Amino acid sequence: MTLKALFAASATAALLLATSASAAELTVGFSQIGSESGWRAAETSVSKSEAAKRKINLKIADAQQKQENQIKAIRSFIAQGVDAIFLAPVVASGWDAVLKEAKEAKIPVVLLDRDIDPSGKDLYLTAVTSDSVHEGAVAGEWLAKTVAGKDCNVVELQGTVGASVATNRKKGFDSVVAKNANLKVVRSQTGEFTRAKGKEVMESFIKAENGGKSICAVYAHNDDMMVGAIQAMKEAGLKPGKDILTVSIDAVPDIFKAIAAGEANATVELTPNMAGPAFDAIVAFKEKGTVPPKWIQTESKLYTSADEPMKVYDSKKGLGY
Amino acid sequence: MMLRIPRRGFAQVLALIVILMINRLVSPQFFNLHLQDGRLFGSVIDVLNRGTPVALLSLGMVLVIATGGIDLSVGAVMAIAGATAASLADTHSLPVVLASALAVGLTCGLWNGILVAVLRIQPIVATLILMVAGRGIAQLITEGRIVTFTSPDLVWMGNGAVLGLPTPVVIALGMLLVTAAVVRGSALGLLIEATGGNARASELSGVGTRAMILSVYVWCGLCASLAGVIAAADIMGADANNAGLWLELDAILAVVIGGTSLFGGRFSLVLAVAGALIIQAMNTGILLSGYPPELNLLVKAVVVLAVLLAQSPRLGDLSRFTARWRRTKS
Repeated sequence: MTLKALFAASATAALLLATSASAAELTVGFSQIGSESGWRAAETSVSKSEAAKRKINLKIADAQQKQENQIKAIRSFIAQGVDAIFLAPVVASGWDAVLKEAKEAKIPVVLLDRDIDPSGKDLYLTAVTSDSVHEGAVAGEWLAKTVAGKDCNVVELQGTVGASVATNRKKGFDSVVAKNANLKVVRSQTGEFTRAKGKEVMESFIKAENGGKSICAVYAHNDDMMVGAIQAMKEAGLKPGKDILTVSIDAVPDIFKAIAAGEANATVELTPNMAGPAFDAIVAFKEKGTVPPKWIQTESKLYTSADEPMKVYDSKKGLGY
Repeated sequence: MMLRIPRRGFAQVLALIVILMINRLVSPQFFNLHLQDGRLFGSVIDVLNRGTPVALLSLGMVLVIATGGIDLSVGAVMAIAGATAASLADTHSLPVVLASALAVGLTCGLWNGILVAVLRIQPIVATLILMVAGRGIAQLITEGRIVTFTSPDLVWMGNGAVLGLPTPVVIALGMLLVTAAVVRGSALGLLIEATGGNARASELSGVGTRAMILSVYVWCGLCASLAGVIAAADIMGADANNAGLWLELDAILAVVIGGTSLFGGRFSLVLAVAGALIIQAMNTGILLSGYPPELNLLVKAVVVLAVLLAQSPRLGDLSRFTARWRRTKS
């Protein structure tokens, strides 16, 4: 406790001497999982820029996919007496002990992107995550609106079998299909979230569905599979985006290139900006004592050709996707 | 040059025909073909085209396995070669890109070969090193993202056509002929089989077993890098995380389905490629069938089991035995 006070005091003093920043300047420690995917890299770089925007001092510890590294990082953040800890948990269980330590040190913890087991519910302040069921529903609603009551045979490229994101994105889309009698999922196969598999599966779908003539739309659980599927459609002499509508999820930069070229129609964003809302919650909590809701849901924004795709592409391509 | 198509290929050819027939049943348009932008288009072409990476891998793998070894690193080598090709594609000419990617494959093969042949490390452990490290190397090259390119020359390697056939199929066919010419056109194939059959006896009778082992790993690396270039060209990008992932297992399976023993010795190039086609015909059939994806792996396992059972010598004995029993009864 005293250590923390001492640290905070000296840090504030140093800052007051060095810059004219406000005394409320915060230090946040962020235990990041690693950089296993482009999205993860983008999340890290957005966290840095969001911190800089708010003049928050952000310390990032890369755990390289290991929970033990994350626990070590959290303990070191506690020892340093940071003002808040962000945690992107690599697994759901095994956090109780270390989060209790943070609670005892009165350091609020915010979970980013993933949740932990319910047993740890009162050990963290809030969780900022996306709702992947909702993402699927947003994709479905776009399609329902676009076809406007006309009959539409949809083929679905699922993510890896058993992955919770894939299950949820399917569930969300299916919920919209159930409400719209004109929409029908005629084929659904796994493209394992990769471009190569997405292309291979789409090639087969096209052959099985009368050379693609009876397909009205493709729904892919991620953009990478859609990029592959777009190639398969082009090679089959079809015009993706016109002959066959496309909607996918994630909003990675390459899909915006396809949208700009008229080869893809829509994508639902899984925002890499999880840290932004988390910073806002922490600042409000520290300054006004506002306790945020237990779950802050990030926006699942829909992008189409009306959203200046090349501009979005330019803003996203440097993020490390 | 003698392309040995041994009598023992019966089970594999039968399996391939049966699977193609089943595919025809689940998807009536299976054998339909038409020209699309100067390229044949149809499910059979898909089987050949999608089967190419594993077929190329199996061409290298079958020689490695014939010496009694195994190469687990081929999938990772694919990723490294693909990453190399994709990062050079837009700034260099195709010959440079290809040469660099293949050089990477050769180097990887040489590394494995030295570990196994010179340092005498067990093949499964020696190649496991590159299997793990290789994907990391590929990720370093791509900086963890999917590197895309637009170079039409390299794209042609994956999506182009030669006389209507997809380029990858033609490349694989060419590699099969070259490999067959080299190992069956000379005594090399026999020496490889001798090395795998009994390395010590071969050594004593003057076979350069060390050179044999080294060269099969180098060849395997070369085939893997070619497969990697094709995989990258196919999606116009290098995906270091997923390119060639688990394909080493498919390649080993193709070799085993092709009737080559994991203990080494006799091998067949043509049947290994047939094994790769059996696996792909099955994959394509599953995709066309419309079954839920949860069944994919189960169906695959059952078919592989059936093909392997059909080859089992014990089962052959059993059928002869029942035939004799029936004869004596009548």
